[in-house]
Amino acid sequence: MTVASAHVAGGGTTHADPAPAGGARKRSWTAYLLLLPGGLWLLLFFVIPLVQLFTVSLQSGFPGYPGYYYRDVNIGNYGTALTEFAGHFGRSLLYAGLATFFAFILAYPLAYAMAFKAGKWRNVMMICVIAPFFTSFILRTIAWRQILADDGPVASTLKFLHLLPGGHITETWMAVVAGLTYNFLPFMVLPIYASLERADARVIEAGGDLYANGFTTFRTVTLPMSMPGVIAGTLLTFIPAAGDYVNADLLGSDRSTKMVGNVIESQFFKVLGGFPVAAALSFTLMALILAMVFLYIRRFGTEELL
Amino acid sequence: MTRRNVLGGALLGGAAAALSACAPPAPPAGGGVAAAKLPQDLSATEKVVRWANWTAYLDYDEDAKNYPTLEAFIKKTGIKATYTEDVDDNDSYFNKIAPQLRAGQDIDRDIFVFTDWMANRVIREQLCQPLELIRMPHASNLLDALKDVSFDPGREHSLTWQSGFAGIGYDRSKVGRHLKTLDDLWAPDLKGRIVVLSEFRDTLGLIMLSQGVDPSQGFGKQQFEAATAEIDKRIADGYIRRVKGNSYLEDLKSGNAVAGIVWSGDLFVLRAETENDHWQFQIPESGGMLWSDNMMIPITSTHRKNAMTLMDYYYQPDVAATVAAYVNYVCPVQGAQAEMEKIDPELAKSPFIFPSAAYLKDNNIKGFRALTPQEDAEYSAAWAKVVGN
Repeated sequence: MTVASAHVAGGGTTHADPAPAGGARKRSWTAYLLLLPGGLWLLLFFVIPLVQLFTVSLQSGFPGYPGYYYRDVNIGNYGTALTEFAGHFGRSLLYAGLATFFAFILAYPLAYAMAFKAGKWRNVMMICVIAPFFTSFILRTIAWRQILADDGPVASTLKFLHLLPGGHITETWMAVVAGLTYNFLPFMVLPIYASLERADARVIEAGGDLYANGFTTFRTVTLPMSMPGVIAGTLLTFIPAAGDYVNADLLGSDRSTKMVGNVIESQFFKVLGGFPVAAALSFTLMALILAMVFLYIRRFGTEELL
Repeated sequence: MTRRNVLGGALLGGAAAALSACAPPAPPAGGGVAAAKLPQDLSATEKVVRWANWTAYLDYDEDAKNYPTLEAFIKKTGIKATYTEDVDDNDSYFNKIAPQLRAGQDIDRDIFVFTDWMANRVIREQLCQPLELIRMPHASNLLDALKDVSFDPGREHSLTWQSGFAGIGYDRSKVGRHLKTLDDLWAPDLKGRIVVLSEFRDTLGLIMLSQGVDPSQGFGKQQFEAATAEIDKRIADGYIRRVKGNSYLEDLKSGNAVAGIVWSGDLFVLRAETENDHWQFQIPESGGMLWSDNMMIPITSTHRKNAMTLMDYYYQPDVAATVAAYVNYVCPVQGAQAEMEKIDPELAKSPFIFPSAAYLKDNNIKGFRALTPQEDAEYSAAWAKVVGN
C-alpha cells in the first residue's frame, strides 16, 4: 500500500510546504489528534465488543434458568467449541480455501485482461466487476438459490445431461463453494488488477528483450510484480469466506455442509443457553484465522503489504 | 510516555470499562409478571403500534400492497399500525429479542406472537405486560375452550391470534397422487424434495402419532427419542431436504420441495399466491397436531394501550372473519362463523377454520403436551442435534 501512496504523491504536483518550525513536541500532539477519531472508533466498536464477547465466552448457564448466565471462568466452553464443532471448523477452512482457489483461477486472467488487453473496454469491465455491490449480498445469494433451484435452468440442463447424480444443486457443498466464490470474486479481482495495472510495462518488455518467452516473462516478471495484489486478494477472500454463514445457510443443507458461522448463528439464535459456546466459537475462529494469516504473510508476504 | 504507551493505556482502560459494564442480566425474581415494573405508557401522545407476526398470517391485498383490515384499523382509530413478518420460528425470534428484553431495551415492537409453549416461557420470565381486559370489550369473544389455558389462566397476558393444524402439504400436480400418511412422504420419487418444520412439537408430534403415541399426554423420553430417530434417519438418507421455520414456503414456491410437514393455512395462502390450486393440505390418517399462537405485549413496549386497542379490534367477529377468509387458520373468535356466512358460505363450513369437536376427535387431532422446563431443555437439545444446530 505504501507503493500506491508514493505513486500518487509522485504523480501530483507537490507544493512542498516547509515543515513548521514548532519542533517535535508540537508535531507529536498533531499525531495524537489525527489518531483520535480512528482510535475512539476502534475502542468503541471493536475493542469493547471484543472484550464483551470474550467475557461471554467464559460465562456459565444459570442452573434452572436456561437462557440466563452468570460471570465465570468456564474454559469448558472452548472445549465444547473445539470437540463438538471440529468438523465445522474443518469445513469452514476447506470451503474458504476452495473458494479462494477458484476465485484466484477466475480472477487472475480477468485482472490481467483488464490491465493489459482491455483497451477502451477497461472501464466497462471494471463496472461489471463492481456492479454486483450495488445489490445486497443476501439478495444476490437468494437469487442464486432461485437460479440453481431444481426446476431452474441450471439444474434442469444438468439433469438432462445426466451430470447431476444427487438430483439437485442447492443443499450441496458445491453450491456453497460456488456461492462463496461468486460473492468474494471482486475482492480478488480488484487488488490483483491494481497491482498489475501499476506494473511498469517497460520491465515486462525488457523480459522479452532478454530473450525470455511469454511464459517465462510472466513467471519471472509479471507474477512477482503482482504478488502484493495476489496476497491481498487471497486474504480478502479467505478471511470473510471462512467466517461466512449466509452461503451455507441459503445454498447448503442442514447438517452436512454447515460451517462455523452457521453453528455460531444457531448457538446464538436457535439453541437456548448457547451464548457462551457461540462466543467461544467466534473467538476460536478468530484466533485460528489470525494464526493462519500470520503464517501466510510470514511465508509469502512482501514489504509492500505490511 | 510514548505514543504506544498512551494508545495501549487507552485500550486497556476501555477494556476495563467494558468488563465492568457487561454483567449478564440476572434471572427474574419471584412474583410473576405482576411483580415486573411496567414502562410508562406513551400511547396517548405517540399514536403508533408496531406488530411482529409470522409469514402469511394477515389478509394481504396483492394489488394495493397492504393489509386491508389493518388499513381499516388505522382509519378507524388514527393509530398508525406497522406490521412486519419478523417471526420465522419461535426459538430464533425469541432468542433474538430476549437479551434486549431482559436488559430492559425497547425492541421496536409493541405486539409479538408466539406459540403456546413459548408464550408460557415469555410469561414465566416476565417478558410481557399484563392486559387490561376491562379496556378490551371484544376480548370476551374468545372461544370458551381457549379462555383458561394452562400457561395463562384467565388470559391476563395473552390473547390467541390464530390456531392451526400441522399436517402434510403437497403439490398434487407434481406428486401425481394423494399423500395420506407420513410414510407416503418417504417415497423414492420424493427423495430430497421434502421439507419439515423446525418446530419440533409439530414435526415430532406428527411422527409420534404415526408411531401410535399420543403427544397430548404422558409420553416420555423413550417415545420422544423414537420419533427423533425417525427424522434423524430421514435426514441422513436424504429424504428430508431442509428443516425450516416459516420460510419452508420459499422451498415449496421455488419447486425445490414438493411436499412436507406444513401448517394448514399456509397452503391455502400458497394456492392464492402461486395461482396453483393443486396445493393440498392433508391431516395424516394417524392424526394431526393442533397449536395456537398468542399475541402479547413486550415488557419494554411503551404503547400498551394502542396494542390493546389493536388486539381488541381483531376480536370483532366481522374483522376476525375477514382475516380467517384469507389465512384459513382456525379462528378463535366467537361469532366469526356467522359473519363468514356473509363473506363466503363455503368457508363457513371449512373444518380448517371452524373445526367442530367431532372433527377434531374423528381425525385424532391433538395438542402437544406442556413440557417441564427440564424436559424442554433436554428435548430441545436433542432436536437441535438432529437438525444440525
